[in-house]
Amino acid sequence: MSGPLTPSQTVGPFFGVGLPFENGEQVATPGSPGVIRIEGQLLDGNGEPVPDALLEIWQPDDRGSYRKVADGETTGFGRCRTDSEGAFHFMTVRPGATPAPDGRTQAPHLNVTVFARGLLRHLVTRMYFPDETEANATDPALNLVEPARRETLIAKNCGGVLHFDIRLQGERETVFFAI
Amino acid sequence: MSEDEREPPYLYPAYVGTRLRAPAKPLVHLPEGFHDFPAPLFPRTIAELDHDLTRQHAGEPIGERIIVSGRVLDSDGRALRNTIVEVWQANAAGRYLDQDDQHPAPLDPNFTGAGRCLTDDDGRYRFITIKPGAYPWKNHRNAWRPAHIHFSLFGNEFRSRLVTQMYFPGDPLMPRDPILQSIPDQACRERLVSRFDPETTVPEWALAYRWDIVLRGPAATPFEHEP
Repeated sequence: MSGPLTPSQTVGPFFGVGLPFENGEQVATPGSPGVIRIEGQLLDGNGEPVPDALLEIWQPDDRGSYRKVADGETTGFGRCRTDSEGAFHFMTVRPGATPAPDGRTQAPHLNVTVFARGLLRHLVTRMYFPDETEANATDPALNLVEPARRETLIAKNCGGVLHFDIRLQGERETVFFAI
Repeated sequence: MSEDEREPPYLYPAYVGTRLRAPAKPLVHLPEGFHDFPAPLFPRTIAELDHDLTRQHAGEPIGERIIVSGRVLDSDGRALRNTIVEVWQANAAGRYLDQDDQHPAPLDPNFTGAGRCLTDDDGRYRFITIKPGAYPWKNHRNAWRPAHIHFSLFGNEFRSRLVTQMYFPGDPLMPRDPILQSIPDQACRERLVSRFDPETTVPEWALAYRWDIVLRGPAATPFEHEP
């Protein structure tokens, strides 16, 4: 059933007054056990940084359950605007594996949503973990992606920091999912 | 109506900003239900006056005071209660409080231009603000955005997430705006245009506009709805 849905419009360049909030990128408190840092850069079709974008992450807890109530420490949601270099970062904890609707198991991943000037609709991608080789190999979503493009969805471990660049267009374009 | 008629495309060359930012490869479709999980829990608290953009400073902002209200519904017409609505906008002169906004129009020391509220049990939201001004942008020669208020909503489902813009009835800039015109279907474009709302006006104080918002629900039909 499809009612009169309200269409999407771009977030525009001037969302800074309304959407970012203090410590929005801290899904988990820095220094608490198990905290990981994720860093990345958002790039356009020319490989240039996108400095006017907003990213959101939304993830299940360590048991793979999406929180229905906040537990006082973390909600699993983070928001970060890109800086002048197109860079963003989040502090979070590793999510658990989640069941797929068909009963299979999905490897641990973050849902990543991208808003930007020039994006008339938001984009949704996933960040998977580089050390989950076995779980990633059987992940039903990754297996629907052509093999050569799967690496765009898997973060890289650089000295304990997870790097996850997002390329909106062009060579090594990140895989985005229809929702 | 298909999603391709209802929603703007990613690539819409008349809106120059899409040219290097629209994905060139098709989006990957996951099987039905893979995105049926709850919307994020929003960690930010809402203060009592966050819905009133005219009372955030010592004085009142310059401009035409308006009440913008409406309901947030799902596609089956059910009210979405207790869902957060975030808004931001330019001031009455068409200037945002943003260091990157170079439009040579005055800032208003009494206007920030951002608000938040939660919907009530009937899915209603209500903001008090001033009517934003039109402003020029560099998309093409003499390009002006029609007056608009930006809205961001979560709804109940991950799929419900919506960032969009609300326009004002009768604005002559709308037919010339590539951002609004990127939506292929005329009836769908009109869903972004508020209507003058005489019942909500407050005599001697404020005019009012009404705008209802309909968000997507889960893709998979819930079991209990099956015959």
